[in-house]
Amino acid sequence: MSPRPKRIRKVSNPPIISGFKPYGVQSGGQEVETVFLLYEEYEALRLCDYEMHNHHQASIIMDVSRPTLTRIYAKARYKVAEAFVKGLQIIIEGGKVYFDSEWFSCSSCRCFFNNPEKQEDIKNCPLCKSTDIINCEKIPEDSTVVWQKCDDTCLCTNCGFEKPHQHGIPCRNEICPDCKIALVRKGTPHGKNN
Amino acid sequence: MKVAITSTGNTIESKLDQRFGRCAYFIIYDTKTKGMEFIPNPNIDAQEGAGPASVQLVASKGVTQIISGEFGIKIKSLLDSLKIQMIIYKEPSKRIKEIIEMLNH
Repeated sequence: MSPRPKRIRKVSNPPIISGFKPYGVQSGGQEVETVFLLYEEYEALRLCDYEMHNHHQASIIMDVSRPTLTRIYAKARYKVAEAFVKGLQIIIEGGKVYFDSEWFSCSSCRCFFNNPEKQEDIKNCPLCKSTDIINCEKIPEDSTVVWQKCDDTCLCTNCGFEKPHQHGIPCRNEICPDCKIALVRKGTPHGKNN
Repeated sequence: MKVAITSTGNTIESKLDQRFGRCAYFIIYDTKTKGMEFIPNPNIDAQEGAGPASVQLVASKGVTQIISGEFGIKIKSLLDSLKIQMIIYKEPSKRIKEIIEMLNH
């Protein structure tokens, strides 16, 4: 049986460097071994540890499932730790990814444009210089529907009561104030019917 | 800053070409010097790979923005890594003259 095809991971920016070299190697002179960190692993590290998203949010940004994101992330941390402990160099390359930059649309001339300088924010339309621009990422797309459907919300399957999910507290430990039953995570198979 | 505009002809009266890889002409417009360069697209009859070949052509001219009606799937990531801004402008009736006027605002 052949394995399931891998879902293509969405990476917003390629890293600005292509790797790291260890400093002050004891063995001296010899070529150090290499750990290959994949782009998707770099992105998982960036989203979870630098941008401080939780795994659920990061998985939506990368367009993969939550368990897949956690697997990628665990692998990334193992590789980084391995490089630190053994003094190996890290090269960031490969992986099944596609790069995507933010897209904007201008309301006055109705053109679309992207932002290749990802670190800087765009304020004007490059064509008509109007400031009336909209970030397309925020307009409903397929991925945003997922956001709304399984956003971090605890749901009562009985009366439909909702409250924002608090990280660290499982939804099943929350009690509905009206029905006195345990809540479930909205958008998950448990809370699907509502 | 240099801007590439896809054109259906080699005058400023021509209209914006809705395709990028197989457009008739590239117009390289320099916003500083107001100079213009018309380049006939050599990839117009290419079976495949017209997009990446056209990217190579305009990137070699030092362009930072490209205005066209549509960009193919192969070149979006390519342009992203080259830090060239894509501007999708779906107005087939717009003349090159008018677009250049907009850029000069």
